[in-house]
Amino acid sequence: MHQALRRGPSFPSGEAAQPPRPTGLRKRWLAAGIFAVLVALVAGVSFGPVSLPPGSVAIELLNLLPGVRLDSGLTEREIAIVTELRLPRAVLGLLVGGLLALAGGAYQGVFRNPLADPYLLGVAAGAGLAVTVVLTLGVGSGGALSGLPVTIPLAAFVGSLGAVLMTYLLGAAGGRSRSPATLILAGVAVSAFLSAGQTYLLQRHAESIQQVYSWLLGRLATAGWQDVRLVLPYFLLTSLVILLFRRELDVLSVGDDEATSLGLHPQRSRYLLIAAASLGTAAAVSASGLIGFVGIIVPHTVRLLAGSSYRVVLPLSLLFGGAFLALTDVVARTAAAPQEIPIGVVTALLGGPFFVLVLRTARRVLS
Amino acid sequence: MTSPTPGTPDPATGPPDPAPGPPDPATGPPDPAPGPPDPATGPPGSATGPPGPTTGLPAPAPGRPVPGSGTAAGSPAVEVRGLRVSLDGVPILFGVDLTVRAGEWVTVIGPNGAGKSTLLRAVGGLLPTPDAVRLFGTPLGALRRRERARVVATVAQSPVVPPGMAVLDYVLLGRNPYIPPLGRESAADLAVVHEVLDRLDLAGFRTRELATLSGGERQRVFLARALAQGATLLLLDEPTSALDIGHQQEVLELVDQLRRTHGLTVLATMHDLSIAGEYADRMVLLADGRIAAAGTPEEVLTEELLAHHYRAHVKVIPGPHGPLVLPTRPRP
Repeated sequence: MHQALRRGPSFPSGEAAQPPRPTGLRKRWLAAGIFAVLVALVAGVSFGPVSLPPGSVAIELLNLLPGVRLDSGLTEREIAIVTELRLPRAVLGLLVGGLLALAGGAYQGVFRNPLADPYLLGVAAGAGLAVTVVLTLGVGSGGALSGLPVTIPLAAFVGSLGAVLMTYLLGAAGGRSRSPATLILAGVAVSAFLSAGQTYLLQRHAESIQQVYSWLLGRLATAGWQDVRLVLPYFLLTSLVILLFRRELDVLSVGDDEATSLGLHPQRSRYLLIAAASLGTAAAVSASGLIGFVGIIVPHTVRLLAGSSYRVVLPLSLLFGGAFLALTDVVARTAAAPQEIPIGVVTALLGGPFFVLVLRTARRVLS
Repeated sequence: MTSPTPGTPDPATGPPDPAPGPPDPATGPPDPAPGPPDPATGPPGSATGPPGPTTGLPAPAPGRPVPGSGTAAGSPAVEVRGLRVSLDGVPILFGVDLTVRAGEWVTVIGPNGAGKSTLLRAVGGLLPTPDAVRLFGTPLGALRRRERARVVATVAQSPVVPPGMAVLDYVLLGRNPYIPPLGRESAADLAVVHEVLDRLDLAGFRTRELATLSGGERQRVFLARALAQGATLLLLDEPTSALDIGHQQEVLELVDQLRRTHGLTVLATMHDLSIAGEYADRMVLLADGRIAAAGTPEEVLTEELLAHHYRAHVKVIPGPHGPLVLPTRPRP
């Protein structure tokens, strides 16, 4: 038997004839993820009020690489549309979608809860209240405050992180026996509290309801390179931390006690991951409002199709989450042109049925 | 290196107790580092595999106390002195003393709520009791988490089965204390995992999802993860409570066999008293957070002790490997 051979003294140092490998990111899935990102990028730049041929757009995108000089056949004006208007918006979609999906996947691992999403710890309510405060008070004082371009993103960012901090402090008040569930419940309490404040403010200032809701539903509309530059550092930091911890998330999946006896520090890893995911979510929310569904649907789709190890789920969520949001944005701004549909509506409308489809087919494959 | 002489104080542990002396390469001292290179002191499986760094335990960090090495070679595997534990203000253990010699199998019995699992958790380092517990002569508090995980491995009462995880990936979790915090497993880690899987006849299950395995198969996988840790002290919390009688025997025979071939030390808790007595060198009866009795199975499994501490009506009859405890209905 081959087993007897493998145990023999000539057994080499682990490289030879080891049939199954541990679950890891397979090359074809990585390639598929990168391909999806490229398709989303080209589609995001090609489609709009003025449609450009995707082939020419792809060439023009290649021209952005140093040392590449090809003729795409586009006019100066069209090139400006590509590089100054549509490309930053598509890139922002990639960053925000990737961040939301990655943070959602990380939260699901940290809390060992498939229903966890990036807004679990109060990010949505915190950002919502902060933005509502700015918009309502800003309107009251003649719009001076809300008129600044960075005011709303800054308010959303501070509100998000403030809410997560509140959740953390409230959860920590539970004493030594802080369990992940305590933190989730604290998140529910904080969300309810902040939402109540937001509802009250909105009722007192009914004139800003539409403004607030259009923000709540999320948009990539005003994206220029400035927004990309604001989000990029958080994107890099969050992705780096979460991806570095992807193996530890697999260890955490056996529970805190067993992870501890395997030499891990579960609380420390958990809070570091929560901090990174919350920072990334806050950055995403500040750039694009509250885009729902991406953070929960993309990691689960990846999990069903490519495997449940966090070594697979996290990097692929980053890629497919970005591609998903960038493509959704194409639909959001072309389906009802010249009107734009709020992107949060489109993610739910498209993502919901798609997820049900994946759920059904993947179950059939598994059984 | 001085060789301890376990077995002498306790006649009942004579022959089955693997003497950690130099003549027997299969049951060497439980410490991987000191002395001449000895293939049997590596991680589980290395007795049948190649010696050397491929499957060998990484050397402990220099400059830190090495459990079981040097002057501590004669120390018992587990030494608990005056262990007091309160959980959420409720006192569970009231000054427990316990010694488990290297290579020994000690089983803790006791009624529900006596504190058996708490004792095991304390020994496994899951409770903040740094000074009351010493492993191979080193206080628990002096060990880093990863160092501790290389010394002691635990099979929990009902381990979490992560959804979607394959057997190979699950057993690989046992190598966590050897994998750099943010790194990935090496070929040596994989080799250890494959050897453990072969050793426990789990090679055919490698790509199977853990959740789809039967209770007996799962229990072997849990054991495989603990063995992959390369620890010489094994803590088993009710290892057979979910198994039918045949699989109970199968798993316990396997543990006993591994104990002999790899020089493991076993500290277990069990509910089935007859089976517990058949496999243990010594037993400890824990009741209301205190040690009520300790000694050989014959000394602990008596009708008087069981009647008093379990409020049970039992008959104890001598068996080939230890006393057999039969529950009998009290006469009206």
